[in-house]
Amino acid sequence: MIELSVFDLVLAALLVVALALTSARIYPGLARQLLIAGLRTVIQLTLIGLVLKTLFANSHLLWVGLLSVLMLAVAGREVMTRQHRRFSGRWGYGIGVVSMFVSSFTVALFALIVVVGNEPWYQPQYAIPLLGMLLGNTMNGIALALDRLTQSAWEQRGVIEARLMLGYTAQDAVSGIRQQVFRSGLIPIINAMAAAGIVSLPGMMTGQILAGAEPVEAVKYQILIMFLISAGAGFGTLAAVHLGVRRLFDERQRLRLDRLQR
Amino acid sequence: MLRSLADLDVNQSSVNLRGVQRERMPATEWRRQVGYLPAESRWWSETVGEHFPRVQADILSQLGFEGEVLTWQVERLSSGERQRLALARLLSNQPQVLLLDEPTANLDPVSTQRVEKLVMDYLHRKQAACLWVTHANDQIERIASRIFYLDRQGLDQKMAT
Repeated sequence: MIELSVFDLVLAALLVVALALTSARIYPGLARQLLIAGLRTVIQLTLIGLVLKTLFANSHLLWVGLLSVLMLAVAGREVMTRQHRRFSGRWGYGIGVVSMFVSSFTVALFALIVVVGNEPWYQPQYAIPLLGMLLGNTMNGIALALDRLTQSAWEQRGVIEARLMLGYTAQDAVSGIRQQVFRSGLIPIINAMAAAGIVSLPGMMTGQILAGAEPVEAVKYQILIMFLISAGAGFGTLAAVHLGVRRLFDERQRLRLDRLQR
Repeated sequence: MLRSLADLDVNQSSVNLRGVQRERMPATEWRRQVGYLPAESRWWSETVGEHFPRVQADILSQLGFEGEVLTWQVERLSSGERQRLALARLLSNQPQVLLLDEPTANLDPVSTQRVEKLVMDYLHRKQAACLWVTHANDQIERIASRIFYLDRQGLDQKMAT
């Protein structure tokens, strides 16, 4: 693989700076955001590069576990901040974290131990990127679904309560909403699978090919990842919707919108 | 208060239905037995019929509808039709108690009479109870057996004459 110099990256950065300068005339605030985000990319990726380098040098289960928990915590925060009307209190953070933990970690363990079968299974070179991709996609699905769930419950509270008044169970009263929510959580991953290879060359595969891997091998890894991501995001969304619906109602099956913020 | 009776809002009060405490009954069963008709009805499917768990033609005809009403589009119902159909929908659960919030507010005199007669017949046949909220004094005289006035001072009871 051809190694990149700092100068190469500066050249690429100039493109972003040019974009910022151009957009500053239309929308100054956006240019600022663009530059800050670019700076964050450089700092965050450099840091994680150093962390991974250290981690690869002494691959110990404790360090891999610690980094995984940190990634989960950050993903949980991200899910929470993307909610327009999130659950108040611990639940706002808890539902996302628990769902991501249950789905991403289970799928990652399954992939590492059963499918890849490395020795040791927690070898960070495999474990961390895999978990990262799983968490990233699960996070998107869960954030979308939870946001949609709380928003729809708020907007359609009249209909939900009308159905409760007629003796529907809480589950039946939100059945239509739950379907839509589940769909919105899964659509991104279904689209990604459907378009893979034709419209878009997935990032991981592209990376492997750039690094000189045999294309068919890269494709096999990409297929594996796609399936893992679908399962992770799907089951994560399922768990989040399940927990979210339970939190929307109390033991007397009343709609409790007072448990949402704002 | 009606929302609390139907167990839709969190409340501390103790309510019994024929000697059975509310908390001893599943919430769904309670709401089927204690039927609450809010002032504004809600509809979620396209046709009227999809909102009815079971159809009782006699109730519909007493309210002045034919059977084909079930195929009507909800979108095209007038507010009076919605109100009467919401009552029919509620009665199809066969509740023991009716909590009616101005059930005739949008109705013309003929429909109002029909609703009053239907509810009175239903109460008599099922030995059911009804809490009927209204602003119309003439309606109170026609239907009420006990009258409660709600004003700023609170609740005041009066027997009907």
